[in-house]
Amino acid sequence: MELDIVSLSRLQFALTALYHFLFVPLTLGLSVLLAIMETVYVMTGRLIWRQMTKFWGTLFGINFVLGVATGIVMEFQFGMNWSYYSHYVGDIFGAPLAIEGLMAFFLEATFVGLFFFGWDRLSKVGHLIATYAVAAGSNFSALWILIANGWMQNPVGSQFNPQTMRMEVADFYEVLFNSVAQAKFVHTVSAGYVAASFFVLGVSAWYMLKGRHIELAKRSMTVAASFGLAASLSVVVLGDESGYLSSEHQKMKLAAIEAMWETEPAPAAFTLFGIPDQAARETRYAIRIPWVMGLIGTRTLTEEIPGIKEQVDLAKLRIEQGIQAFDALQKIRAAGSTTAIPEDVRNAFEENGTRLGYALLLKRYVDDPRTATPEQIEKAAWDTVPMVAPLFWTFRIMVGLGMLFILLSATFFALSSLRKLDRYPWLLKVAVAFIILPWIAIECGWFVAEYGRQPWIIEGVLPTAAAVSDLGVTTVLLTIIGFVAIYTTLLIIELKLMLRAIRKGPEPDDEPEAQLAPAQLVAAE
Amino acid sequence: MILHELISYDILRVIWWVLLGVILIGFAVTDGFDLGVGALLPFVARNDIERRVVINTVGPVWEGNQVWLILGGGAIFAAWPQLYAVSFSGFYLAMFAILFALILRPVGFKYRSKIEDPTWRSSWDWALFIGGFVPALILGVAVGNVLQGVPFRLDEDLRIFYDGTFFGLLNPFALLCGLLSVAMLVMHGAAWIVLKTEGVVAQRARRVGEVASLLTILLFALGGVALWLFVGGYRITSPIDMVGPSNPLLKTVATGGGWFANYAAHPWMLIAPALGFVGAVACYVNAKAGREIGTLLWSKLSIFGIISTVGVSMFPFILPSSADPRAGLAVWDASSSHLTLFIMLVVTVIFLPIVLAYTAWVYRVLWGKVDEQAIRDDSGHAY
Repeated sequence: MELDIVSLSRLQFALTALYHFLFVPLTLGLSVLLAIMETVYVMTGRLIWRQMTKFWGTLFGINFVLGVATGIVMEFQFGMNWSYYSHYVGDIFGAPLAIEGLMAFFLEATFVGLFFFGWDRLSKVGHLIATYAVAAGSNFSALWILIANGWMQNPVGSQFNPQTMRMEVADFYEVLFNSVAQAKFVHTVSAGYVAASFFVLGVSAWYMLKGRHIELAKRSMTVAASFGLAASLSVVVLGDESGYLSSEHQKMKLAAIEAMWETEPAPAAFTLFGIPDQAARETRYAIRIPWVMGLIGTRTLTEEIPGIKEQVDLAKLRIEQGIQAFDALQKIRAAGSTTAIPEDVRNAFEENGTRLGYALLLKRYVDDPRTATPEQIEKAAWDTVPMVAPLFWTFRIMVGLGMLFILLSATFFALSSLRKLDRYPWLLKVAVAFIILPWIAIECGWFVAEYGRQPWIIEGVLPTAAAVSDLGVTTVLLTIIGFVAIYTTLLIIELKLMLRAIRKGPEPDDEPEAQLAPAQLVAAE
Repeated sequence: MILHELISYDILRVIWWVLLGVILIGFAVTDGFDLGVGALLPFVARNDIERRVVINTVGPVWEGNQVWLILGGGAIFAAWPQLYAVSFSGFYLAMFAILFALILRPVGFKYRSKIEDPTWRSSWDWALFIGGFVPALILGVAVGNVLQGVPFRLDEDLRIFYDGTFFGLLNPFALLCGLLSVAMLVMHGAAWIVLKTEGVVAQRARRVGEVASLLTILLFALGGVALWLFVGGYRITSPIDMVGPSNPLLKTVATGGGWFANYAAHPWMLIAPALGFVGAVACYVNAKAGREIGTLLWSKLSIFGIISTVGVSMFPFILPSSADPRAGLAVWDASSSHLTLFIMLVVTVIFLPIVLAYTAWVYRVLWGKVDEQAIRDDSGHAY
């Protein structure tokens, strides 16, 4: 990668987002698990469930603050590094972010204080409400962020305004109920639930192996296994829905993920493995399963999925339309007042205006897209193809892990139903070892979604290269180093505190519940 | 969509200008005391238990308070996209410093008391100090620069170019504003500590608070004089189209005329600076008299007055440009579209009262002094 401002800004965004996304999934999932555990406590009055809520709550808190700390950066970074983006789409993109703060994050952050400080100040039900508010707040927060991100993938309900030189909202309802955003929301929160479930499963399995806190561990595993099974199924099903929607809205991303260079007769085959070669524009040593791709992508046996090369031809056409739009835009602006715009110019812009972004792809090669040569158009059209190999592989890792999560959580669900959780120690070891896997799947998922959209920052509307701020290379390099240094330090501290809290275990320590409960009840009365 | 025509574009713009102020003031009067408490931590609390008491005064509320800042970022993005784009990219390294400091804060609160090691705890105490002092200072410095005009230009595509440097931000007037900001938030933080603690910590905080309120009065007055003498101000010289498209380049702007013209034209606006002074004076008097709630409320009102003063002095500008004055952002040419402003207003009208209601409830639940004995017993206080 060259050290230009675009690459560096992308690198910084990717790093800060990937770090942020180490903490958020656990917050999303654990908050719901805490709500479940505390509900059982309030309904049954059994103290072990309160002990569980407090113990997992402690781990939740250690993780939560880093989600908050890294989240502030995300909120400010668009303006800092992507100022043209902020100007160009702030009219639409800013709204869900602001609503997230007002509707979701306030709820989560205001009540999280009561979750930790309110045990002695609130009634049982009062405290439960605070926990629900935290869970609802964090999940609503994800909804609004994914509405914003969904719009970047599928920019509906908006149009370009030549007077303000930006995209403006035309139909907010469409932005809100964007099918891509809805699928992404459920897919992403489910992924968070999977992460939290495997976290609880793994830590509990460790206790079982050590013979500590058995009662707490068994109950936690039961909750986590059932919740994890539902979440794993949901994450895969909604992942499939996202794939299906990509075949509608982001055909290039889909083709790149599948390394489909050519359009095949329907139903297309699915490439299980292969070595994509970007330069030769082919996939070598491909192992292919007939029909599967066509079925996943179109859910029919007859519809074709366009391959990369066909879509590059389409991009070429769109670039040419984009040049028309660009030309019309210049004339509209030269006209000054709206009434002075000639009829044919107005029509040309109305016809091609949605392709304006494609003309901006040429800005890499020429200042004025209207003067672009056919070779430059050809190059710009090929620029719409993201790097295939990294997408091909990260996608397969993610999906493979997703399948594994279903298998594993189903196994533990069956074991806990049969009350045989302690029967197979090797399975418990697997659960401990696998704690990290959901995080790998999640980070791959972010990569597929965002890298797969390149070269666009807003699909078909604004190229990433056009969106950056006017900053110096050294400046951004400096902040990258700064962020990486502080994030890495804090991540190490966080892991250390997590391990410490896990080793210490719940309070009070090492007492079987049968003796604990009456003693505590007496103390409480 | 016809519904949004119910409120005309110019009125929506003014409403969102007011709401921008409401959110910034909301941040300053809530998270402001958290910042002040952070900046005061190593000084008013000298041993471990005292520091834990002080940290626990803000422990349950700082997270909610900080959302005002997040909301500020989001609301500026949604309602004033150019303001968000120009200020955050123009003040890039300053923003980075603020973020760096703010990253330390949540972690500091949560992690400090998890390990019983003096070096560990003292490191986090200083991290919390940075987390309070640095944002308070830089936010004030940023406001000082905004009042003088920020060196940015816009090209025909409204792409932003920034001519200034990080060290250019640190000019005398801006530093004066930075100090005022620190004094004001320390006054606020001290009032909070006095309300929530007892004994020696409260006594120290009260003394600091008295000094800080006097400094606030002095620095606010000095700021006014410096603004009069050294800051030229800007005025729009072309006819104003209050419902025109959000394109700053459609107007012409002259420098000079000062930031005092609004007060001459609309003397009622003098309420803002008056409140800044009266609030700080009353904060001092209440602190002397030992009236804890009065001290806190008057310091909030003083902050309200001081921040409002900045807003009304510059109206209709929200971010003037010193490099190319006509590119300066004004209320009439830097907002979101009519529809977005309307939708965001509807959302705000519904949710802001709900937020205020449950925030008030949470503060009520947490009412009362922090109990030092409870911290020693490790019960009821998380940090």
